[in-house]
Amino acid sequence: MAKKEYSFYPGCSSQKGASSINYLRSVETMCEDLDVQLNTIPDWNCCSASIGYNGGGELPRLVLSARNIALSEKNHPGQDIVSPCAACWLGTRESQERLNHNDSLMAEANTALKEAGLELEGKKDVRHMVEVLIEDFGYDALGAKVKKPLNDIKIAGYVGCQTNRPFGIDGESFENPKYLDKLIETLGGEPVENYDKKVSCCGGALAFSEPDKSQALIKDIIESAYDGGADMIVTPCPVCQMNVEVYQDQINAKYNTKFKMPVVYYSTLISVAYGHNAKDSALDGQVIRAKQLEEIAAK
Amino acid sequence: MSNTAMVEKYRSNFLKEVAENVEEGEWVRMCMQCGVCSGSCPMGPHWEHPPQELFMMIRANKREEVLSSSSMWMCTSCYNCIARCPRELPITHIMHGLAHYAKRLGLAPKENPTNKFSQRFWDNLTKTGRVNELKLGLSLYFMNGFVEGIKTALKMKDVGMGMLKTGRMNPLEILGGHGVKDKSGFQAMLKKAQELEAARVDK
Repeated sequence: MAKKEYSFYPGCSSQKGASSINYLRSVETMCEDLDVQLNTIPDWNCCSASIGYNGGGELPRLVLSARNIALSEKNHPGQDIVSPCAACWLGTRESQERLNHNDSLMAEANTALKEAGLELEGKKDVRHMVEVLIEDFGYDALGAKVKKPLNDIKIAGYVGCQTNRPFGIDGESFENPKYLDKLIETLGGEPVENYDKKVSCCGGALAFSEPDKSQALIKDIIESAYDGGADMIVTPCPVCQMNVEVYQDQINAKYNTKFKMPVVYYSTLISVAYGHNAKDSALDGQVIRAKQLEEIAAK
Repeated sequence: MSNTAMVEKYRSNFLKEVAENVEEGEWVRMCMQCGVCSGSCPMGPHWEHPPQELFMMIRANKREEVLSSSSMWMCTSCYNCIARCPRELPITHIMHGLAHYAKRLGLAPKENPTNKFSQRFWDNLTKTGRVNELKLGLSLYFMNGFVEGIKTALKMKDVGMGMLKTGRMNPLEILGGHGVKDKSGFQAMLKKAQELEAARVDK
């Protein structure tokens, strides 16, 4: 298969020394195996996620994504924009749709972009990394590269919010999307059936501002994974990953639970199953270590 | 645009004020009060007035109560309400729009933690073009004053150590950190966008 190229938008949390640098590392490992070339959008900026609305009004927020799309159009014509981050993907795709839907907003956005020497056409396909996996490769092609199947590991596929709503993955339902489960099966693992917190919210950015309320949500997400017999949770979103992983000690102290549930990215699962070592699979980025994956990676 | 000017302009028609000034506000007219949004919200129990109620209050001219409410600051942007609304209202965006409008008019609850966090997030990202997680985290710890900040920092010590040990936090970010190269173009673009938006709202 010929090399596939994409215009890549990593997002702030995937920068060096940032909270999901481990995600980026495993995505790069995975993409190398799949012969995917990620061309980073030169000089990309933050999309303001979904929490910049206080200081940023509608147009200032929309032009943030408009600048990234314009840079992609200029530097990577003909390549789809791909982001591994749920918020970056949603923000970019939604901003482009909203600008295309409103001529006067689009005109204003272009007036603002001119200040940065840029112009927006707004015809890019904006996609999440899992769409690339599922649509441009497919489960069979992904499965063909498995060298070390994830035998005997039971995994709860936590899809979360923003990879699922409002756009989601084509052909999947909002209430019970199956793609993570299918991916787990493809890699030889066992998905948790009927994981009832699969698309529940972890609190997102409010984990910072409303920690008690958010940790109550996170507790249910982890508890439900344990109820289904999960050894670990897998997610496609950097905010989900961090929120569900790093507050487990605080939740244990508050609710008298004994959670110690690893939360990994799908790209880490894929990298391990494709035969990579712990470092290239970014297992060293786990605050709660995924020991079963470490054992497979060491084999 | 001042609060009194808006009160004067719209008198007792808050629905019209929202439709003309709040992001996606024209959609409020379409709400049929089914309550699916309120029932679908993960923060449901914590809203002073859930979205459905806010929409009715807007129609009933409860201007002060709506704009000074902590309600819309409870939105986690999970999009569950948008996915389920039978009338396809962009409820998440209307909540963000109401929060932003309340802030512009000086009516937003000043002590609401998400109000504070959201402003800090915006200030953080617009400074260099990219989020500096370390500075954002520290500003968040100390947003309720120094003593509270030390307490929060101690409480968060283990989380921070976990991130540090796994290479997911870099103390050197405090010295500046990541950012866009074309900072002047980036900021000129934002300034222009803010001017254009202000001109539209003041019209």
